[in-house]
Amino acid sequence: MTRSNSDERHIAFPITDLDALRELRAGQKLRLDGTVIGIRDATQIAIFDRGEKPRMDLRGAALIHTAPNVRKLGPGRYEKVCIGTTTSARMDRFTRGLMEEYGVRAIIGKGGLLAGSLPVLRELGGVYLAITGGAAALETTQIEAIEEVEFEELMPECLWKFRVKDFGPLIVAMDAHGRSLYEEVTAGARETLAGIVERF
Amino acid sequence: MPSPDPYAVVEEAAKQTYIRALKLVPPDVKAALRRAADTETSETGRDTLGIILQNIDIAEDNDMLVCQDTGTVVFWVQTGHDCALNLADVEAAVGRGTERATIEHPLRPNAVHPVTRANTMTNTGRHLPAMHYEFPDEAERARLGLAADGLRLTCLPKGSGSENMSFLKMFVPADGVAAVKRFVLECIVDAGPKPCPPTIVGVGLGGTADLCAALAKRALLRPLGTRNDDPVIAALEVELEAAANELGIGPMGLGGRNTILGLAIEHAHTHITQNPVAVNLQCWAARRSSATMGADGAVEYGF
Repeated sequence: MTRSNSDERHIAFPITDLDALRELRAGQKLRLDGTVIGIRDATQIAIFDRGEKPRMDLRGAALIHTAPNVRKLGPGRYEKVCIGTTTSARMDRFTRGLMEEYGVRAIIGKGGLLAGSLPVLRELGGVYLAITGGAAALETTQIEAIEEVEFEELMPECLWKFRVKDFGPLIVAMDAHGRSLYEEVTAGARETLAGIVERF
Repeated sequence: MPSPDPYAVVEEAAKQTYIRALKLVPPDVKAALRRAADTETSETGRDTLGIILQNIDIAEDNDMLVCQDTGTVVFWVQTGHDCALNLADVEAAVGRGTERATIEHPLRPNAVHPVTRANTMTNTGRHLPAMHYEFPDEAERARLGLAADGLRLTCLPKGSGSENMSFLKMFVPADGVAAVKRFVLECIVDAGPKPCPPTIVGVGLGGTADLCAALAKRALLRPLGTRNDDPVIAALEVELEAAANELGIGPMGLGGRNTILGLAIEHAHTHITQNPVAVNLQCWAARRSSATMGADGAVEYGF
């Protein structure tokens, strides 16, 4: 890991030391280089519910919840049209399998995983990284190439290997120490709501 | 010169409104996002709104999609009293335009069978695009710039992150208006970070379950800042809008004062025993685009 300026750290993925992300803390800002792996509902249903093992090595990987817009160039070859990030909570139940069986250590998404994923992150040294949802045009410019595609029959919900540079900014929204920024904000909102309802 | 085939004009307009909705954020939404960036007190919230505004510029400058979700395609068709077009043929033309946009651009195909999950690869399918028809009166036509013999298409490709945050509750008279207000705010809290806040909140009030849900979606067509013409409902809009922005959910649910960009209620009379409420959320990337056509085949694009 290198530090580019006071508040944004650069990390290259995949990481080789699977404990390397334990030092990250909720609220920190990151940018990623190297590769990130796109994955989606149908991909994870195929991997975990139908037992279809991916060929790609996911050890130390950063996954991103996405199904991109692409243009087909030839067999197994695609170019980006628009790549952005989807809501993570739908895919929460796959967190343990991805981290325990496949060695994934970072999940990039929007809206957060559920509180039940926090013990998995703590146990295995994983993090959830928040990206700005809907900001796909910016994200697309930070993806240099689509290097590999698997599960093409699930188009557009394939397993995608993207080469990225300065990908972000991402915020550590759930860390390996039991903190979730989403849980904290939602708890505050529920308390405020109770006060507002008193006025009605 | 022979006048163009009106259904070919509708088809092309449907294709263009779908693509335009994905690339251009309506001016009222952009202005609201800029106001949010100016008033946000949370640092993460300000950074997030900065990225959102930068993203809108990148999409506009490079002819790119704002968000990757090309949505479930929903169209409204509004016709003047003297419009001579056959609506069955208009509906078919809208479907062809949607398919052409998907294949020719290309756009991500999202329409799947609800059981087999087989993808049609065209963003069309059984009952898709979802179609709504309206026959505005003269005053409404004047507001829309729609001629008596004209037709207006509005495309709202709905992102799933916000559409999955849809809610319906059948209240009864004894629950009172307080229950309605509480429910709307609870929906916003339950949705939390998932629909890409700051959101636009569409509320349907009254009618039957089906009508109420359709009204909640219809509320999302109204430009931000416009109010319901019934002052009782308009006051409810103002009250709920202010209350929602006290919740502190903030941009992308990471905290802040800008939780929603606006809230609109569309209402209908309802049964003496009931008071249905529906909430349909729209993400900040509020995809909405329109085309207004005259009988001469001239098309004007807007939002």
